[in-house]
Amino acid sequence: MRNLLIFITKYNAFFLFLIFEISSIIIYVKYNAFQKASVINSSNEVTGRLYTQINGLYDYLSLKEVNDSLARENARLRNQQKSSFYIDTIARHKINDTVFKTQYEYIDAKVINNSTNHSYNYITINRGSKDGIAVGMGVISGAGIVGKVINVTEHLANVQSLLNKDTRFSVMLATNREIGYIRWGDDLNPTKGMLMDVTNNAQPKLGEMVVTSGYSLFPQGIPVGRITNLHPKGGGISLNMEVTFSVDFTKLQYVDVVDYKFAKEQEGLEALQKKDD
Amino acid sequence: MIRTIIINVLRFIVLVFIQVFLLKNITLYNLSTPYLYILFILLLPFETPNILLFPLAFLMGLTIDAFYDTPGLHAAACVILALVRVMFINITVQKEGFDNEPEPTLSIMGFRWFFTYILVLTLFHHFFLFNLEVFNLSDIQFTLSRIVLSTLFTVFLILISGLLFYRRKERK
Repeated sequence: MRNLLIFITKYNAFFLFLIFEISSIIIYVKYNAFQKASVINSSNEVTGRLYTQINGLYDYLSLKEVNDSLARENARLRNQQKSSFYIDTIARHKINDTVFKTQYEYIDAKVINNSTNHSYNYITINRGSKDGIAVGMGVISGAGIVGKVINVTEHLANVQSLLNKDTRFSVMLATNREIGYIRWGDDLNPTKGMLMDVTNNAQPKLGEMVVTSGYSLFPQGIPVGRITNLHPKGGGISLNMEVTFSVDFTKLQYVDVVDYKFAKEQEGLEALQKKDD
Repeated sequence: MIRTIIINVLRFIVLVFIQVFLLKNITLYNLSTPYLYILFILLLPFETPNILLFPLAFLMGLTIDAFYDTPGLHAAACVILALVRVMFINITVQKEGFDNEPEPTLSIMGFRWFFTYILVLTLFHHFFLFNLEVFNLSDIQFTLSRIVLSTLFTVFLILISGLLFYRRKERK
C-alpha cells in the first residue's frame, strides 16, 4: 500500500493528466451524443448574456449592411404588393375563407452569436420558447435557408447552421424539380456546399438555382444557392454538384424561424408508417 | 506570491476575452486559426504544483469551450498541453537556477529557449485540438496543414505578446 502511494506521488503528473484527460474526453463524447443537452453552451445564462452585450457593440459596426439588406427586402416586398400589380380581372366578392389555414408562420429573430470557421458551426438567436420557438424548426434569412433549431431555452435558441458537418436538408433543382440533399462542402469554405444524390437523368446547368423541396422543415421554393461546379471530385452512382450558398453566413444578422404548423401531425403519421414496416 | 496570483487571474480573464471576442472571428483562408489563450498555461510559474496546474488547464479549456459550444474539446487539448509542459520543463530546466524569477517568459528565459518551448507546446496542443475536433483520419492532409498554419499564427501572436511585455520586466 505504501509503495503504491509512493509510486502515485512520484508520477503524480501522469495520474493527474489521466484523471482530467478522461473527464474531458467523457464530456466531449457524451455531449456529441446528446446533441446539446449539456449546460455548457452559448445559450446558458452567463455566456448568453455576455454575447448579447458584445453583440450590441458589433451591431453599430454593421449598420450599413443591415440598412442595405432591409432596403432591398423592402423593395422586394413592395413588388409583391397588390398595388404594384396591374389588375386585369374584375374584383370578385370577398368571402371569408375557411379553406386555407396558416401552414407556415415566421418568427423574426436576431443572430447574437455565429461562427463559420469550425467543422461544426452553431448560431445563437435571441428568441426562445417564450416566443414560440421549438426544437426542430427551420431557420431562414432573407436570402435563403440557414439551419435548424436544436436547443431552446426561455429567451435564446441554438441553431445548427448549414455550415455543420451533420446538417442535411432535402432540396431540389429549381427548373426540373429533381430531388437531392444539400450538405456543407469538405474544405470548410463558408460559401460552398455540396448537392448530393441527384438522379443521373437530371440535366443540371451551371448557375441553376437550387431551392428547398418542401419535404423538410421549410416551405417549398426557399432559395439555397446556385450550382457553380458540375463535376466536383469524388462522384458516385448519382450526380453530385457544388453549390454556392445564397446566404452569406459570415454576415448573418437577422433570421426568420419557420413554424411549420403540421410538423407534429406529419411526424406522427410517418412514425405510424415506420411501425408498420 | 499574492502578486503572482493576481497577475495570473488577470491574464486568464484578458486572454479569454481576447480569444472569444476577437480571435474567434479570425480565420485566414479557412486554414489558420489562432488560439492565443494557451498562453495562460504556458506562462504559469515554474513552481506551480501539478495538483494546481492540471485543474487550471482544465478550467481554462472548459471556459473556452463554453464560448465555443464544444464542451470537453479545448479542455482535453489543454490537459495534454499541461502534461507536455511538465515533461518539457523537467527535461530542459534546472530548477535551482531560478529561485526569484520563476516564470517561463521571454525576458527571463531568453529567445532561444522560449521559442522552442512555445513552438513545441503549441504544436502539441493544436495537433490534439484539431484532430479531436475533426475526429476522422480521412482528411489528415488537410487537418495537418491546418495544424501547421494555425501553429505559426499562434506562435507569432505569442511572440508579439512576449515582446510587448519584454521591456517592462527588464526595467524592474
